Amino acid sequence: MKRFFPLLSFAGLAVLLFFGLGNADRKQIVPSPLIDRQAPAFQLPVLDQPERLISRDELLGQAYLLNVWASWCPPCRLEHNIVTQLAIDGPLPVYGLNYKDEPDDAQRWLQTLGNPYALILADRTGRTSIDFGVYGAPETFLIDAAGHIRYKFVGPLTAETVEHELLPAIAALDTGQRGSP
Amino acid sequence: MTAELGQIALILALIFALVQAFVPLWGAWRGQENMMAIARPAAFGQFCFVAFAFALLTSAFVNQDFSVEYVARNSNSLLPLVYRISAVWGAHEGSLLLWALILSGWTLAVAAGSRHLPQTFAARVLAVMGIISIGFLLFSLLTSNPFSRLLPSPVDGNDLNPLLQDPGLIIHPPMLYMGYVGFSVAFAFSVAALLSGKIDRDWVRWCRPWTHLAWAFLTVGIALGSWWAYYELGWGGWWFWDPVENASFLPWLAGTALIHSQAVTDKRGTFQGWTLLLAICAFSLSLLGTFLVRSGVLTSVHAFASDPTRGLFILAFLGLVTGGALLLYALRAPKTVTGGQFAGWSRETLLLINNLFLTVAAAMVLIGTLYPLLIDALGRGKISVGAPYFGLMFIMLTAPLVLVMPFGPFTRWKQDGLRRVLTRLGLPLLAALSAGGITAIAAPESGLRGIAGVAGGVWLIAGSLVYAFGRIARQRGWQLPRGELAMSLAHIGVGVFVIGVSMTETISTEKHLAMNPGDQADIAGYAFEFRGTEVLRGPNWVADQGHFIVRSGERIVAQLYPQKRHYRAGGDIMTESAIDPGITRDLYISLGEPLDDQGRRWAVRIYHKPFVRWIWLGALLIAFGGLLAATDRRYRRYRRTGAVDAVSDDGTARSLA
Repeated sequence: MKRFFPLLSFAGLAVLLFFGLGNADRKQIVPSPLIDRQAPAFQLPVLDQPERLISRDELLGQAYLLNVWASWCPPCRLEHNIVTQLAIDGPLPVYGLNYKDEPDDAQRWLQTLGNPYALILADRTGRTSIDFGVYGAPETFLIDAAGHIRYKFVGPLTAETVEHELLPAIAALDTGQRGSP
Repeated sequence: MTAELGQIALILALIFALVQAFVPLWGAWRGQENMMAIARPAAFGQFCFVAFAFALLTSAFVNQDFSVEYVARNSNSLLPLVYRISAVWGAHEGSLLLWALILSGWTLAVAAGSRHLPQTFAARVLAVMGIISIGFLLFSLLTSNPFSRLLPSPVDGNDLNPLLQDPGLIIHPPMLYMGYVGFSVAFAFSVAALLSGKIDRDWVRWCRPWTHLAWAFLTVGIALGSWWAYYELGWGGWWFWDPVENASFLPWLAGTALIHSQAVTDKRGTFQGWTLLLAICAFSLSLLGTFLVRSGVLTSVHAFASDPTRGLFILAFLGLVTGGALLLYALRAPKTVTGGQFAGWSRETLLLINNLFLTVAAAMVLIGTLYPLLIDALGRGKISVGAPYFGLMFIMLTAPLVLVMPFGPFTRWKQDGLRRVLTRLGLPLLAALSAGGITAIAAPESGLRGIAGVAGGVWLIAGSLVYAFGRIARQRGWQLPRGELAMSLAHIGVGVFVIGVSMTETISTEKHLAMNPGDQADIAGYAFEFRGTEVLRGPNWVADQGHFIVRSGERIVAQLYPQKRHYRAGGDIMTESAIDPGITRDLYISLGEPLDDQGRRWAVRIYHKPFVRWIWLGALLIAFGGLLAATDRRYRRYRRTGAVDAVSDDGTARSLA
């Protein structure tokens, strides 16, 4: 039976690829256990001012978007224009969470592509990102003024998801539809 | 009319491919010589019509026929002639046609170069290649027709992606495809051997030069891609572990394992199963690479064209070709271990280590590349594991290979003593230790990784040189058999590459600056003076061109002119870096953004990249070794024994027919 092993592994791979194909443009909302809960506490340095530490509670008082990105991540490059648009036209400030990245690489990336973020927190070890339940980059969180995670999107943002999911989720914040934490 | 003619030519090519695939297969099964004899003329006919279709598409680009949709999307009236020609393979439909052309070219070459092979075997090889051709021609005709009309036709086209308007990109895809598609020959030989049911050393010997040739092309293709990314993307990086890069690297790893495994099977008759499997793997990974790039299942900086329906087609084709071959393998692979036994310390053992590490490295890259897909399948969305994973894993897997490699040539087949081999390697060991010591003193900032890397590279180079000269000394008339020369060159190439990577990755310096005209920056002992920018007009772009004078002491080293180009048709902004290349270092400047309204103050990135050229120099040496090996006269002397029986292996073909 040993000689069937290559065939079986290939069959597994083919099933995986087939599945990937079916999901090539599937909606990418991930039910997160953190939705409608308090965002995890953190204290992280600002990317270009490593001596300045920002904690979760300092960001309370206004809703914001938290975009997880890294310079080594091709999909982040893909969504960069969308994030930039959101930062310019969108109703909320966009903060970056630089995930497991070298600060130099991150700076270079920003210089090449432009920096859409109002503030970038550097999570070099990835600890805070783990607390947030980040699988990888990119991911985007919507956090309300009280510090609750209201919405989470995994993967590169597209114009469509922004229009049909993210913006409605932001609008829902304003009308005060809040689930109990 | 030309586009319609092209369409017809493709359909005719498909018919020839169908004939080439199924008639000889039937003939080989039934032992009908006249049916087997159809394979060669059919291969010739298929090549002619694919070439005709390709020529027609090229002429549509040259003559700016924007009524052809593909031309309208990828060309523009301002595009220079040379890029109009390379635009033929600038996007999906045309690159698929190039695939088909190269495949039919390889088929033609095999048809011409297989006359001395037993007729049944040659017929099966050509038939398998015909099946692959059918897949690609159908793919082109059904999902990605390059000849579709666009009516009403536009006045002007969209222009070629500016990233691709570059000399490196003119030859990068053809080289890469030569490699990808070339592995189809080794694949076809394996399947033919499995079909014949008589698996001996002969088919491997016949197959070796083809494998070497394909592997050499693939090496050049990957090196060109890396070189292009280095100067065109403007970040000074040479490898990004991007899915598309991985897609080309995977068949290379499998192919490297394959050529070593083939050597064992050819010389000693062992590793039959490995050789069969690796040949199937190398080509399957080429197909998988095409799937990943074309289907859009993975996101990549290089994803120029993707479409899920196309993905489904390639996946089905991949399932048929690879699944079929692996099923055949499961049913017919050699049941008993054949060939010579070997001892714990022997060349076979070392080559087994080589195969193991290369296979594991390929698996590691494959897992890293597909990990986002796996996560997606579990409902977790699309993400990227990126460079941190690959960089670490890859060093761990290649370091042992570097350590073991020089032992290989010195060690005898079957059985040898470690002590005997070690005495020969004293000199290389000394050279490696001194090189490491010199690096530690001259560039202590390179750290353990840099020092060990240089020592490893010198270990490979010196080991290969000592071996080559040792062989020459024992030969009459200062001659080295070509295969030995090829191997030594390729191994030296790996050493050169390792040194290049170790130095570039550890002691490069880079600065990101805001510079006014007249400002000067000092980097790695060079003074870069910014003289300002001026506007420059190209055929289809307008650029801000910076002027830098680089001095070392009083001497002017270089004048560099990096550009920020604005392409008129698409409105894309491209960074054209300026590089002063050198054997021991590159000076690299790219312009960022203007920082004031008058456009005087600019964001500038300056890099000092030591030994970066060695990366591509090493790759070229490796490729040259492959090319030399392919032309070794030994392969053209064929044994007449073991001619594959013409009739009567009934059960064989049935599984496929």
